[in-house]
Amino acid sequence: MDLTFASISEIAEAVQSRKLSAVEAVSHFQKRIDSLDGRLNSFIAKNEHALKDAEAIDARIARGENVGVLAGVPFGIKDMFCTKGLKTTAGSKILENFIPPYDATAVARLKNAGAIVMGKLNQDEFAMGSSNETSYFGAVKNPWNLDCVPGGSSGGSAAAQAARLVAGTVGTDTGGSIRQPASFCGIVGVKPTYGRISRYGIIAFASSLDQAGPMVSTVRDAALTLEVMCGFDPHDSTTSQKNVPAWSKNLDADMKGLKVGLIKEYMRGSLHPDVQKTVDNSIETLKKLGAEIVEISVPMTEFAVPVYYLVCASEASSNLARYDGVKYGYRASFKNLSAVELEEFYGRTRGEGFGSEVKRRIMLGTYCLSSGYYDAYYNKAGQVRRLMTNQYLEAFKKCDVILSPVTTAPAFKIGERISDPLAMYLNDIFTTSTNLAGLPGMSVPFGMSQEGLPIGVQLTASHFEEQKMLNVALALENASSVKGQKPHVV
Amino acid sequence: MSYRGYEPVIGIEIHVQLSTSTKIFSSESTSFSASDNENTSPVSVGMPGSLPVLNKKAVEYSIKTGLALGCEINRKSIFARKNYFYPDLPKGYQISQYDQPLCENGRVTFKVDGVEKTVTIARAHMEEDAGKSNHHGEYTLINYNRAGIPLLEVVSGPDIRSPAEAAEYARTIRQIVRYLDVCDGNLEEGSLRCDCNVSVRKEGATQFGTKVEIKNINSFRFVEKAIEYEIERQIDALERGEKIIQETRLWDPDKNRTFSMRTKEDAQDYRYFPDPDLLPVLVSEDMIARFRRELPELPIARALRFQEEHALPEYDASVLTTEKALADYYEATAQECKNYKAASNWIMTEVLRELKAAGKEIQDATIKPVQLGKMIALIDKGEISGKIAKTVFQEMWASGKDPETIIKEKGLVQVSDPAVIEKIIDEVLSANTQSVEDYKSGKKKNLFGFFVGAVMKASKGQANPEIVNKILQEKLK
Repeated sequence: MDLTFASISEIAEAVQSRKLSAVEAVSHFQKRIDSLDGRLNSFIAKNEHALKDAEAIDARIARGENVGVLAGVPFGIKDMFCTKGLKTTAGSKILENFIPPYDATAVARLKNAGAIVMGKLNQDEFAMGSSNETSYFGAVKNPWNLDCVPGGSSGGSAAAQAARLVAGTVGTDTGGSIRQPASFCGIVGVKPTYGRISRYGIIAFASSLDQAGPMVSTVRDAALTLEVMCGFDPHDSTTSQKNVPAWSKNLDADMKGLKVGLIKEYMRGSLHPDVQKTVDNSIETLKKLGAEIVEISVPMTEFAVPVYYLVCASEASSNLARYDGVKYGYRASFKNLSAVELEEFYGRTRGEGFGSEVKRRIMLGTYCLSSGYYDAYYNKAGQVRRLMTNQYLEAFKKCDVILSPVTTAPAFKIGERISDPLAMYLNDIFTTSTNLAGLPGMSVPFGMSQEGLPIGVQLTASHFEEQKMLNVALALENASSVKGQKPHVV
Repeated sequence: MSYRGYEPVIGIEIHVQLSTSTKIFSSESTSFSASDNENTSPVSVGMPGSLPVLNKKAVEYSIKTGLALGCEINRKSIFARKNYFYPDLPKGYQISQYDQPLCENGRVTFKVDGVEKTVTIARAHMEEDAGKSNHHGEYTLINYNRAGIPLLEVVSGPDIRSPAEAAEYARTIRQIVRYLDVCDGNLEEGSLRCDCNVSVRKEGATQFGTKVEIKNINSFRFVEKAIEYEIERQIDALERGEKIIQETRLWDPDKNRTFSMRTKEDAQDYRYFPDPDLLPVLVSEDMIARFRRELPELPIARALRFQEEHALPEYDASVLTTEKALADYYEATAQECKNYKAASNWIMTEVLRELKAAGKEIQDATIKPVQLGKMIALIDKGEISGKIAKTVFQEMWASGKDPETIIKEKGLVQVSDPAVIEKIIDEVLSANTQSVEDYKSGKKKNLFGFFVGAVMKASKGQANPEIVNKILQEKLK
């Protein structure tokens, strides 16, 4: 077995059947991280106890225990997830030295299934960004082209997975932060229905939009990892009580009779020709496999980006208020603390601790929630959001899944858009509506640009219909002409 | 009461600390005696990624309070974030309820100097408490034990017109939450906190004056004093031609005055918005019906019943119902002896006096209500005299023993046998011949009491006084 390119289930089965030890698996990927990550900068912190954790897994297996479906599989965790005893920064200076006393529920579930946490992955600061350039710990490079961004905010996860520094990664998606970097780096990224995965212990950006998910190499690995991560959590009131289906066991690439919807409103914009070609090819492929293509309309998607930025900035302005230097995290240094007024204490701590994109969104959100503006902004955004959700539900009466581009263009150059926030925000034009409506969405690699950068297509399903989306993704994956292509940094 | 032609308008916000065993959004204990920051968790200190989960018991207590205050219980209410920065507020926002509170439109009725008064309850909403800052000059220490303790904020309408009404209103709310057993009502420990909104206007005016909020009031006496002070301060200012500034003032109990804390100009914009971490609170008809069934009989209803069914005077009924435990004590006593007025008298005089002297609560009374009831029944059956009963009561209070046991041990049974009593009387009269002559000659008519006393003393208080009277009268004819 070529461990570098082995699937998650292959590794887990080999470890459980003692053909491979968890220690061997961990050592293998540790070597890859040590030799390759210097070029990618995808890790913020490495788990010094990974080998010990692997030994524990091996010991349990030696005692005859069934460890779980992720037995001994090395995972990288986006730095938004709290990891007990392991530094968790959210990509920010303000949490540079924060060591959580608890695991996020999603991390605990991965560990309970036997996964080994290899370390914490780089990201845009507090997940605010689409290029991984807002991280306090530096930009992450795209393994397909080191001059390009890996996407964001889960850029470290996408880069580490594409370069196979780990066997699997997880990310979070507030407006496309799993799907967009997955597309830019040629991996599979899934954001399930809002409420599927507990948000407990995941650092909050925009609570009503945030959702975690797997970022892995294949659709099957995604389905398997998703099953482990999903499920009701008594610590998160917004998690769903619905049963978690065995998606990985029920994958079915038979597309006959399946209705694939194309959103009319998405056809107007100008797409990069390579993206256009990838989307067209995917449609043709599905047609050939027997799927029916239907045109649907979700007119409110026109307002998705502004509505998204109102909602996420407003919620973020409140969610990030706790980083005040009082209880934990960064505190500005003061010569004579007892003489400092509270306002100055907060002002300097937060002024120095947060990066400029985070500050921009806190200010935007504070303004939106202010007395006299709330109705015009946050409240109005909520109304548009409800209308958009209803339009989606109407559309899903006519189709099983919706297919669309993930982004307008493939990965862009580092530095190219960072000084133009608006251009950066428009990156999210196809991804934010999924979060606003709470729908499951994913990116599956299907094309390649002329410059050799991967391009994914986006699939969206109705609430709790992840299986349909995963099935279409599997059909596309099977038919993909880019399958098996590897980035330069591997 | 007249205030130089002005009428005070007062509204009160009472923070009721709900006595749940765990916090409103997490599972730490709410105990008051824990050491600093012992009762904390990632949730209550606002660690990254922590999320609130609503305590159902806190909702139950809030709904019960709302029902007892005659409120409408909203079938759907929403938790909102109140955003402001302060070191003892761990998340940078307080989870509260804003435009959709749990309870609305209630009313409470009480009496002030015999006059009935009704105050409307605008709303009662749930929220979490903040931590406590302890300032030590050079530095400040923060204790987050209190962060996340459940509160119900009960907001009255602007219906109160005098300091006495204000204090009585607050006492009534305290009495109700203690009856419901949802709050211990301890003002010193902050289990009940009163903020008073005070304004004044010319008598007959229909518009409200500018209001001032007074905080830091930790006793009902101070409610009265602080409002009294504030009314006079505002009238003085208006009479000098000044305008009242909308502000928050603190009551200083040492100086007996209020002083300005912050004015409306520095008032914060709390940027309320629905908390996306919590679902709307949905209350079913079944829940409301169940909680309503579980409500205890409330003080006013209970006092009325004592007047109607037990024929107690209004004063007795009102004193006995001040506390649920006292009313329970009375009822259990009355149940045993079936002599309502006697039970009331014994409790209102002897029991309450002993408790006061010992600084104890009714729950700590050594005499159980059944024992007291038995003792009263023994008086009614003529087995002991009222006088002996006082002795028996003292013994019972000291030892907790049953009245029968004490009577037997001390030989305190009443003597009603006329032959035995006559013998004692004869002895007393023969020992006081001069007095008998004086009495009979009409020289000293008031000596009758002296003979009774002497007989009682000779019988060690055990002679039945009625029979003593009867025989004495015959003998002294």
